[in-house]
Amino acid sequence: MAQNKPGPQRTFEAYLAEGRFMLQRSRSTGKHLFWPRVLVPGSGEDDLEWVPASGLGRIYSITVNRARSGDYNVALIDLDEGPRMMATVAGAETAAIGSRVRARIESGEVPRVVFDPVSEDAR
Amino acid sequence: MTHPIRGRTAIVGMATAGIGEAPGFSDIELLAQATLGALADAGLKIPDIDGIFAATSTHAFPSMSVAEYLGVKPRYFDSTNIGGSSFEMHLLQASLAIEAGLCEVALICYGSNQRTAGGRLVSMSERQWHETAYSPRHPITAYALAAARHMHEYGTSREQLADVAVAARGWANLNPEAFARGPLTREDVLASRMISDPLTKGDCCLVTDGAAACLLVSADRAKDFPRKPVYFLGGAGANWHRSIVAMPDLTVTAASESGPRAFDMAGLTHGDVDLVMLYDAFTINTILFLEDLGFCPKGEGGRFVEGGRIAPGGELAVNTNGGGLSCVHPGMYGMFLIAEAVAQIRGAAGKRQLQQADIALLHGNGGTLSSQVTAFLGSENAI
Repeated sequence: MAQNKPGPQRTFEAYLAEGRFMLQRSRSTGKHLFWPRVLVPGSGEDDLEWVPASGLGRIYSITVNRARSGDYNVALIDLDEGPRMMATVAGAETAAIGSRVRARIESGEVPRVVFDPVSEDAR
Repeated sequence: MTHPIRGRTAIVGMATAGIGEAPGFSDIELLAQATLGALADAGLKIPDIDGIFAATSTHAFPSMSVAEYLGVKPRYFDSTNIGGSSFEMHLLQASLAIEAGLCEVALICYGSNQRTAGGRLVSMSERQWHETAYSPRHPITAYALAAARHMHEYGTSREQLADVAVAARGWANLNPEAFARGPLTREDVLASRMISDPLTKGDCCLVTDGAAACLLVSADRAKDFPRKPVYFLGGAGANWHRSIVAMPDLTVTAASESGPRAFDMAGLTHGDVDLVMLYDAFTINTILFLEDLGFCPKGEGGRFVEGGRIAPGGELAVNTNGGGLSCVHPGMYGMFLIAEAVAQIRGAAGKRQLQQADIALLHGNGGTLSSQVTAFLGSENAI
């Protein structure tokens, strides 16, 4: 059977190009997903809808890649909705594990989600 | 309960080739040299091989390429590629195939010329689309993230990570085949170039050439060979993720599942183990695997390795060849865990020979702390 809509990866990337950071959520269980897939891994629900991410999260781990072309950090962010994603903490060499961060979309040839440190009570 | 496969197969031939630098030789040339060495060790010839188990960093269809190069038409073959732990899995698969009568003489092999071919880690590992925008430099990015989290949760220090590298060098200094030899101190490791915080160059494995091959037959046949058999006592794999993003807890690897299953299969406990061979691609690996395999409690790995406990003369013999950190690491290291265990169990490990080496634990790691395979090899006394 032909499917007219693109798959989850392409859909996510299209949202990103529009400046929107969207997550998938299972209608029946309320569980959020990242990265986007056609099912919830481990349980298999495919009743997935797209919802805006709150953008808030916490640094789970972080490393600074020391490169000749310049240093940059690579972080794992635990989103408030539950899923973990790879990202970077922008505008800082590094930040402490456990720090509160907020997402924004960095435009460019390929837009991407980056995070800025925010205060502990940021909502 | 001990599994019926325990002790049913044995390694009767083992060899390495081109450890360190082998200028002018290709990956499969080195692999074939190691195979010839293993055959000579066993008193066998190419036509005796009827099972091939292979994985490499450079062949899409490894067992196919090996069969063609050697001129073998195998009755059974397997190219399972789960990264560096492939060969510990091949020990299990080859043992099952032999026990089922699907082949009689199984070759397990690996070869790489990654050092002289360019000096860079070669990997066919595809990039993960949800990671690419952040330019991770795997594998080190993933292992650095795990090290940083372990330090955050358990107070593990860079000094303790350095102690792992220093212990490995201590063993390498007793091994004439080891590529990196000479004095190494905690301070040397800490002062070496930072590559991905908190891991310095001294926390990273070598980039070398190297090949290794072994021949496995049934235990019944194994008694008829020139060398004392090294028996396969059990093995188990566990795999929880592919991308480091999907690893549930960066301080707990799937070795915590493969280890207990392998111990059960082999009917062994920690007190039985004479030699511990852990895949040390980075210093944090040794700490994680000592914890996850139950040699110390979770979070205590850093303190466990202090004071030379895993160095020559220490309480626990770990990575007696010098490991991936100081002996050899040609892209995938799992085959060299087997090589060192065989050398120790045969009593052929020279100046680094352990007084007692009847039971060896081998733990392979693949991907970004992804595939974890634990296996046991043992002497006649273990049967």
